[in-house]
Amino acid sequence: MARLFLPALLLATATLIAPAAAQEELEGVVHEPARGAEQGPQQPAPNPEAIQIGLSTNRVTITADFSGADLTIFGSVDNSDPLVARQGRYDIIVVLEGPAQDIVVRRKDRVLGVWINLHSETFTNVPVSYSVATTRMPQDITDTDSYKRLSLGADNLHIEPLDRDGNPQTIEQFRQALRDRKAAAGLFSMRVGGVEFLSQSLFRASLPLSPSVPVGTHKARAFLFKNGVFIKESSAQLSIVKSGFEQTIYRFSTNHGPSYGILATLLAVVTGWLGRIVFRKD
Amino acid sequence: MGIYLPIAELSVNLFVLLAMGAAVGFLSGMFGVGGGFLITPLLIFYNIPPAIAVATGANQVIASSFSGALSHMKKGTIDFKLGTVLLGGGVVGSTVGIYVFTLLRSLGQLDLFVSLLYVALLGTVGGLMLVESVRAIRRARDGAAPTLKKPGQHNWIHRLPLKMRFRASKLFVSVIPVIGLGAGIGFLSSIMGVGGGFIMVPALIYLLKVPTNVVVGTSLFQIIFVAAYTTIVHASTSHTVDIVLAFMLMIGGVAGAQYGAKAGQRLRGEQLRALLALLVLAVALRLGFDLFVKPQSIYSLATPGF
Repeated sequence: MARLFLPALLLATATLIAPAAAQEELEGVVHEPARGAEQGPQQPAPNPEAIQIGLSTNRVTITADFSGADLTIFGSVDNSDPLVARQGRYDIIVVLEGPAQDIVVRRKDRVLGVWINLHSETFTNVPVSYSVATTRMPQDITDTDSYKRLSLGADNLHIEPLDRDGNPQTIEQFRQALRDRKAAAGLFSMRVGGVEFLSQSLFRASLPLSPSVPVGTHKARAFLFKNGVFIKESSAQLSIVKSGFEQTIYRFSTNHGPSYGILATLLAVVTGWLGRIVFRKD
Repeated sequence: MGIYLPIAELSVNLFVLLAMGAAVGFLSGMFGVGGGFLITPLLIFYNIPPAIAVATGANQVIASSFSGALSHMKKGTIDFKLGTVLLGGGVVGSTVGIYVFTLLRSLGQLDLFVSLLYVALLGTVGGLMLVESVRAIRRARDGAAPTLKKPGQHNWIHRLPLKMRFRASKLFVSVIPVIGLGAGIGFLSSIMGVGGGFIMVPALIYLLKVPTNVVVGTSLFQIIFVAAYTTIVHASTSHTVDIVLAFMLMIGGVAGAQYGAKAGQRLRGEQLRALLALLVLAVALRLGFDLFVKPQSIYSLATPGF
């Protein structure tokens, strides 16, 4: 099986590398190892690089004292070219993307001196959170076109409005506001230098989990770049759950609302009664 | 120490919540009010989403009202019949209120409406109370006898039909204003997360001429049930009652209330009312200020349908 796949992979790698290699030549940058790869499948090329990531846990539990955390992801670059690695021309971007959700962005405007929500725009399938960790400044890794193609980075996410017929300028404003608010809430984040190479092929990424991190299935994706060219992607899943007690309360409140309300009421009555017995002063 | 709120889905400081509950409990015990009108704005200032602050506030009110009503029951200062009629209106008002709450939330106007209601009501009640108590303080200083209206005096409310006799209150009055008052306060309870004692007490005294000694007990009695109803309905429809948050506030609240009641006995009535009026006005000003000042960001995010 592996033998059958190999040529196909080589071909794919070559096609991916070729256009970017041409661009590098235009910029006058000469990368010997890249040249070797670009000669195509005819020449006996080195094995293509691959990337693997592993999570130390595939489940993060939010407990009562949760106030944010750092998630560490380990990974390796297989078949890495020692020369390229030494020159630090492998770059990795790791993204942790939360579950998708529809979201309403509202804008306040001044009416008679009072700030009131007047306009709103609904966007569909927006990831609740989106954290990025990179080896270097994003603009040093690859060009904007590549980021767009991969829809990589908060600015390149496809955030589609529910109503596509709206004024594109307004939609863009609201889209930008959505990114800003998400960033302000710590849900969209970017950590330059968050990915570090531990050895020639081993790397570690650390991503922040905000205190208000949404529960659900998150997807971790790692993108490998070589000389500014996207090589490969690898992904893993992470589920973020509330711990037993918090989860029980949350589930109970959503699935059995009325009983939950009665429980809350009884709790209040008992607390009021006990409070009077314990603290009474009259 | 941080504590994670399972419904609000955020992490807050446990001691801030306990202190908030204790401070409000102390004031509520001192002034004989439920304290919901202080808890909800404080939670909003502490960045708890208003929808959760309101529903959780209602839950917290049950504890403080129950605690207060117990001592009134012992003293026999509750008019159960009047309380039950008020409650009937309260349930209707609260149901309407919940509907309006859900509607406003889906329109994105809940926060504004809650703030406006708070500013208007607290501003009015606080202003009236301040004027009245300052006059009383002046009169007491001048040594003049207080000129209270005689309890037998009648106004237009007493000419309405469907009269009913309330023995404990020595009252023979139409049920229309009683149910109306209950309904109005039930409405406020579900939208503002208050028990409504700060409106109920003056309304019972000045509009219905209920004797002062049964007013607070009766008001507390009916607030327990209206707040309980509001809590259960909020929990069923909008899932915004955070039991962990409510519990922290209750613990601080019931402890603070007993000490507050003791402290309140040392102050004179009109001084107490003047202080409460200043407090109420301060909350109204703070909320009003936020309405007129340009927010940090004019954009906000929400989940559709809520």
